[in-house]
Amino acid sequence: MSSTLINILFFGLSYGMILYMTSVGLSITMGLMGFVNLAHGVFAMLGGYATVTLMNSLGVPFFPALLAACIMVTVLGFVLERLLYRRLYGATELDQVLFSMALIFISVAIARIFWGPLAQPIALPKYLHGHIDLIGATIPTYRLFLLVFGSVVAAALWLGFDRTLFGARVRAAVEDHAMAEAVGINTDRLFALTFGLGTGLAALGGGLGAEILAISPGYPLQYIIFFLIVVAVGGLGSIKGPLYASLIIGLADTATKYIMPEAGMIFVFAFVFLLLRWRPQGIVSRRKG
Amino acid sequence: MTRPTDTALPGKGMPAIPASKRWLEAVPWLLALGTYAAAPQYAPLLTQIFVMILFAMSLDLLVGYTGIVTLGHAAQFGTGAYVAGILAARGWITDPTMTAVIAMVAAGCIGLFFGSLMLRTKGLAFLMLSVASGMFLYEIANKATGITGGDDGLQGVVFSPLLGLWEFDFRGTTAFFYSFVMLFLTFIFLRRVVNSPFGWSLRGLRENDLRMSAIGCHNYRRRLTAYTIASTLAGLAGAVQAQCTGFVALNSLSFELSGAVLIMLILGGSGRLYGAMFGVPIYMFAQDYLAKRDPTNWFLWQGIILLILVLFARGGVLSLAERGFHACCRRRPG
Amino acid sequence: MSELPVLEARELNKAFGPIAVTRNVNMSLMRGERRALIGPNGAGKTTFVNLLSGRLRPTTGNVFLNGIDVSRADEATRSKLGIGRTFQITSLFPALTAHENIFLALAESAGFGMHILRSARSYGSLHDRADELLEKVGLLGAAATSVQQFPYGQQRLIEIAVALALEPKVLLLDEPAAGIPTSERDLILDIVKALPSDIAVLLIDHDMDLVFRFAQRITVLVQGAILVEGSPAEIAADQSVRDVYLGERS
Ligand SMILES: Nc1ncnc2c1ncn2[C@@H]1O[C@H](COP(=O)(O)OP(=O)(O)OP(=O)(O)O)[C@@H](O)[C@H]1O
Ligand SMILES: [Mg+2]
Repeated sequence: MSSTLINILFFGLSYGMILYMTSVGLSITMGLMGFVNLAHGVFAMLGGYATVTLMNSLGVPFFPALLAACIMVTVLGFVLERLLYRRLYGATELDQVLFSMALIFISVAIARIFWGPLAQPIALPKYLHGHIDLIGATIPTYRLFLLVFGSVVAAALWLGFDRTLFGARVRAAVEDHAMAEAVGINTDRLFALTFGLGTGLAALGGGLGAEILAISPGYPLQYIIFFLIVVAVGGLGSIKGPLYASLIIGLADTATKYIMPEAGMIFVFAFVFLLLRWRPQGIVSRRKG
Repeated sequence: MTRPTDTALPGKGMPAIPASKRWLEAVPWLLALGTYAAAPQYAPLLTQIFVMILFAMSLDLLVGYTGIVTLGHAAQFGTGAYVAGILAARGWITDPTMTAVIAMVAAGCIGLFFGSLMLRTKGLAFLMLSVASGMFLYEIANKATGITGGDDGLQGVVFSPLLGLWEFDFRGTTAFFYSFVMLFLTFIFLRRVVNSPFGWSLRGLRENDLRMSAIGCHNYRRRLTAYTIASTLAGLAGAVQAQCTGFVALNSLSFELSGAVLIMLILGGSGRLYGAMFGVPIYMFAQDYLAKRDPTNWFLWQGIILLILVLFARGGVLSLAERGFHACCRRRPG
Repeated sequence: MSELPVLEARELNKAFGPIAVTRNVNMSLMRGERRALIGPNGAGKTTFVNLLSGRLRPTTGNVFLNGIDVSRADEATRSKLGIGRTFQITSLFPALTAHENIFLALAESAGFGMHILRSARSYGSLHDRADELLEKVGLLGAAATSVQQFPYGQQRLIEIAVALALEPKVLLLDEPAAGIPTSERDLILDIVKALPSDIAVLLIDHDMDLVFRFAQRITVLVQGAILVEGSPAEIAADQSVRDVYLGERS
């Protein structure tokens, strides 16, 4: 019994950390630019593919591959923002939805062309393979590592958001665009940087989580609901909200799988509906109503 | 004095057809009947197109008129399909009209239920909930294999003859006329709705919902009403599909279908009811042509078409045609 | 016996987080009164109007309409009860025609918004009324033009016509004449002056000339609180107003 509990806890929280890393960028860019970017998962998928390819074809070790993937996707995100996304900042929600659906379709096709329809296996380094005994349960080292790594990323993001000038600018712009611009913040550049950063984080989540959320062409569609839930439940433009939301969703989903697998996502959905009925803006929202 | 006439109202939402060109309205319908007369072997395909047009038209009330962008409209379509399918499969009620009515009521209730949970949110949260509403029912249908047939769908559903007169035959003649009439009735109904004060107020909500509440509109209730009407009609589309094909696929509740019907609508042009009539056949033919060889191809093309629509051809095929038409008109007298 | 105010704000307070934007504001508008609300930028005038119209809920305090507490009522309900307003930032239905914009307001206030099956064109008297209102603001000729195509000044006129369509008992005008040419300002002033004498009007504007030509009474709001209230002559003579407000502008 207690070992089940510990399992749920570790599997759920590490899963939540992956959700967090892949989604937090979406929360910030949504809060900042109000852009409904359904294609955020594309960047996580590309991060996963880049990591796996660098490792399998070029023999790059795990962490350097992850880093390189992050950088590549950050650059790609930055370029796409400059070339395409920014054209649609003032557009209607419908146009933004359609545009990001278009990106999803195109990226699905590209992924299929380059990597085929099957999921890509990731060969984790040896030292992440084993298990660790913890208060009566056996926890995969990888899961523990995800938990620690995710916490470090979350802490770093929180510090960056709360304590740096860049973070202060982002917060100001999330709260009031016009005002931020009036006090001399270059929101245009801020958007591009933040967007790049958000996509880079997604890539990190994609690469790190490749064993949990398998990297296949269907990725951006298959997991879209998770990213959307995390952002909507967490609240737009926040760092902490998505963290809480990811951990809750990770735990809830894992617990259901352990205790009542036949229920699938039903409880998670029910929870989300009720929560948003009660708090339409999510748990934490920085955006002005 | 300046009583609005059709010609006097440009912009989205109102038919831009001058009164003298009213006969144009009959063209799509005659075209459909003509196609059938020329090639009756295509009846099943035409039926499928009618069903999707009906479905897309119901979505237009939300997306095009009210400005509610939903990615979960299949929740109601599937509800309609399963309710009609299950009633007949179990032999409880097999009369097509009765099952259609019950399916509509069920879908309307589902719409009312989800709508009441969703419509206080906006933007990304609403989109997420709309996706979740579809997936929620999908999961239930997937797991309740005893009732729904799960992954295999509900097969071999037999309905009694339409109005006690016409059997749903092998060649699909009854199905063709039945779906044609249902589509026509829906169109007439929706046209009334969008031209009523209620329909105008929906466009008001789309344009500026804050102003609507300042002039005394209870936006939430108004949207919920629109959502329920659209849901009921989506349920009808689902029921008609179940009746005409004798089959309900799990796919009828899927996110993919919700996305596809949105694309079909946008492809034709939203906010004008006619958009669905053009978008659906174009999409279905394109899919048939492009996906046959390779599904990857189809993803790529769908993406490219969407990208072009958003970046260069807002308003869809109808809008393009209209612009071309106006360009010609302007050139002629000059 | 003193008459009951049409609209009354009692001890209204509004704070956004730690910032108090409206502080203990008391104000009564009598039937037919022409009142101006002035104050420097950021004084909280728009916020106050939002509290009255129901767009914002007060942190504490109450709003009474004809003696009835409407503090809990939402904007739509208050609109139905007789509060009409315009917005500082033009708020119309951009893709709809001028006629349709006004028709929508007429239909809502007449309670026809849920008529689902009757053609909107068959409401002859409403269309006539919409045309009358357009004529009043001098835009009848452009009734079938979508409002996004109008120049700014004319959009401000349509904004007023939409509010008038509600036949409000109280009309709240948030800087209706800001940023438009003088000739159209005068037109706006004429329209407002020609309103039925039983409508109470609260007008916000920064143009002192306009304000003094319009108002019977003037309320001065500074940093969310009422500084003084009085007749135009009293306000013009008030030293504190000169210090805080007029002085700053000259
Ligand atoms: N939603 C909000 N959240 C936080 N602060 C707000 C909000 N709305 C207004 N404020 C602040 O409240 C103060 C008063 O604003 P308000 O718009 O009411 O002033 P105003 O008197 O109408 O100014 P102006 O003459 O420029 O129109 C301003 O400092 C503004 O920044
Ligand atoms: Mg103001």
